[in-house]
Amino acid sequence: MVGIESYAVYLPVPRLDRADVARVVGGRGKGVRPVASYDEDATTMGVAAARAALRGTAGSESLWFATTRPAYLEKSNAATVAAASGLAAEVAAYDLSGALRGGAGALRAGLSAGASVVVASDVRYGLPGSADEAEGADAAAALVVGPDPVAELVGTASLTSEFLDRWRIPGEVRTRTWEERFGVEEYVPLVERVVDDVLGRCELKREQIDHVVISTPHARARATARRGFETAQLAASDAAGLGYAGAADLAVGLALALDAASPGDVVLAVSATDGADAFVFRVTEKHAAGARSGLADAPPGQPVSYGDFLNWRGLLPREPARRPDVKPPVPPAARRTAAWKFGFVAAQCGSCGYRNLPPRRVCLRCSATEGFEPVSMVDVPGRIATFTDDWLSESVQLPARVVAVDFDGGGRFECEMTDAVGRELAIGDRVSPTFRLASVAGNGVRNYVWKVRPHLEEED
Amino acid sequence: MGSHALATPVAVVGMACTNFGELWDRNVDDLLVEATHGALDSAGGLGVGDVDAFWLGSMISGVSGLTLTRPLNISHKPVTRVENMCATGSEAFRNACYAVSSGAYDVVMAVGGEKLKDAGYSGLEMPSVPNDGTPPVLSAPAMYSMIVPAYARRYGVSEEQIKEAMTHIAWKNHSNGARNPRAQFRKEVPKETIAAAPTLAGRLSVFDCSGVADGAAAAVIVRAEDALKYTDKPLYVHALALDAGSGTGRNDSDYDYSDLAEAAASARTAYAQAGITDPATEISLAEVHDCFTPTELVLMEELGFSERGKAWRDVLDGRYDRDGALPVNIDGGLKSFGHPIGASGLRMIYEMWLQFRGEAGDRQVADPRFGLVQNQGGSPGDLVSAVTIVSGRRP
Repeated sequence: MVGIESYAVYLPVPRLDRADVARVVGGRGKGVRPVASYDEDATTMGVAAARAALRGTAGSESLWFATTRPAYLEKSNAATVAAASGLAAEVAAYDLSGALRGGAGALRAGLSAGASVVVASDVRYGLPGSADEAEGADAAAALVVGPDPVAELVGTASLTSEFLDRWRIPGEVRTRTWEERFGVEEYVPLVERVVDDVLGRCELKREQIDHVVISTPHARARATARRGFETAQLAASDAAGLGYAGAADLAVGLALALDAASPGDVVLAVSATDGADAFVFRVTEKHAAGARSGLADAPPGQPVSYGDFLNWRGLLPREPARRPDVKPPVPPAARRTAAWKFGFVAAQCGSCGYRNLPPRRVCLRCSATEGFEPVSMVDVPGRIATFTDDWLSESVQLPARVVAVDFDGGGRFECEMTDAVGRELAIGDRVSPTFRLASVAGNGVRNYVWKVRPHLEEED
Repeated sequence: MGSHALATPVAVVGMACTNFGELWDRNVDDLLVEATHGALDSAGGLGVGDVDAFWLGSMISGVSGLTLTRPLNISHKPVTRVENMCATGSEAFRNACYAVSSGAYDVVMAVGGEKLKDAGYSGLEMPSVPNDGTPPVLSAPAMYSMIVPAYARRYGVSEEQIKEAMTHIAWKNHSNGARNPRAQFRKEVPKETIAAAPTLAGRLSVFDCSGVADGAAAAVIVRAEDALKYTDKPLYVHALALDAGSGTGRNDSDYDYSDLAEAAASARTAYAQAGITDPATEISLAEVHDCFTPTELVLMEELGFSERGKAWRDVLDGRYDRDGALPVNIDGGLKSFGHPIGASGLRMIYEMWLQFRGEAGDRQVADPRFGLVQNQGGSPGDLVSAVTIVSGRRP
């Protein structure tokens, strides 16, 4: 038996109001969509989802990371996700970067591999006024695959079809699309056929399916394909009211369906991108007490102005402060301290017990020189010791909220506090670690670091 | 074991200081030559060849002793460049003093100079070793602004009261600088203007920050017993102290950002050397490291001038004003005299040189007994602090 042992969804905190967009670019808009913050990318969001899904699991032999907005090309982003998720060096980490279909591909690869973690993460935008900007959702999901699942894989089917519906040149902001009716006529039959194929293989009828997920970037094809199912079957994946999450959309939808599912339920997840992929799962008894996606406990959204959003995506660059250029981390130093930089592993002194952040050769409290224990600080909350707002910071979002944090059980570190735009801070406020970007240097090097964000009561 | 006053006391017998400011028309060579020649002239007309050894303080304006030998055309002399962040000027002075006191040399010179305004930034760019990108990157005002909420919490004072004291310090140092022909900013600024300025970091506005400046200063130092050969009014050195902390406060939850322990430690050492038991009454005037206004506020406590948690009150009561009981930064301080890093420690001593010779014009303090110079580098929790005590009386 193989299937999904645990899963998690990560939604960034900022929310873009579509009415705010419409005021600038025209047209009409209502409701909000989640957008990655100024210090997030597909990699950091993937880490947040993977960390949550992997919590309490036995570990994985491989990691499959899908996104259409990879932070780097040539250099593996899956390797960064693996390192920051605390996975061992023996875990094989692979990228499925570029095509939307990588999301379905990562799931299929992960299910074939057995003990694996599937991470899908995407940042959805385009030119101002585009449908991707208005209707997209920035999100990540992670599915841990193993032999003792909460949702057992029953069957899969795939079709590959070569046609041009949407495309983007590497490095470009804009995604181009062919006219809408063409996509409908290509995609709808593909969805029909792949559903028939998978149900045939699983010896199931449409009415035996409890939850259906239909994921495709083509809004009109999606609306048409949905007509083949009952509203109740689609309700779970509709519940969150998210837009299309790109390469992460299938995994996010599957997670939402599982959140609503009970043992014995059958879940059909269909993705239609350059063909179609279908997966059927049967929810097991283990799911009754299993952890859910975490979406229900997610922090409340925080509004972001359209101006800030465009600035974050590099579409409204602002005159920078007259300050020295951002200095990139150098690869040998980042390599030497990878456990600290990516894994947030401190050194706890065996003599006095104090946690040294970062690890040192000589304990900063008692000067001991040996007997340090590595301690992961990723799940350790802390309190603000003091704080300031730095308008001269190199952070994209000014002022940078800078805090000195005293971690529960010992250890002090100064860092930027994120997800705190406009938030009133006070000494003693509770905070939790989160993996983010400090800066992107002129040479393109992305400085990933651990910061803190407001702690959620649900996390206690 | 221990720290002691110099077995053979030393004295300053010649000093000079350039104007500080945005000196677009001068490079570091020009500044070093002006300060060095000026100090030699004031020591009874010595020549460069009469100086046996040199200590040059510069943080980012040049490397090695050659930064001094080239522009001055000095050859075949021991010339050392020293660096200890913003305490560099005091370090050049301290090491030069030890050299004459030891008997190794008869006449030495401490020179500090910095050319900052060619960088094109309004702040200071610290040289940094290539790293893994995880050290926190804060602006200097941000690091010092962390004092404000921490101090407020520790002593149960409101941040508004602290801001009022910070505004008073900025107002005072601008007012003092207005009376100093060498200062970068020579204009009084009303308290209302200071209080209303937009913030740069935490509670700090541009008025709470020292001026980034170009400038240089130099001192000729000899053994105290020889001092009267060069001048009839030497400035005698009574204490030289330096305290380098472990630099771990920012990673140690025992540190609360409300104090500057290295400053207190360097002051204790210096007071012991000078035989001072009650600094609040025995010190007649002090030049302290007002890189940011909260720094000067906390230093009043670290140096023993104010009780713990009471400095803000003493500041507002005018105790450290020009006409107060203990004038602090009567030359304008880093705030309005300007802060060319390597020169600042020597600039502070230069004000003492003028004050103890009765040459400070309308800033003159009557009959000063001891003068204290405190000069520091780094940030709260990650600090070096130097304290020098001088007077017109031979130890």
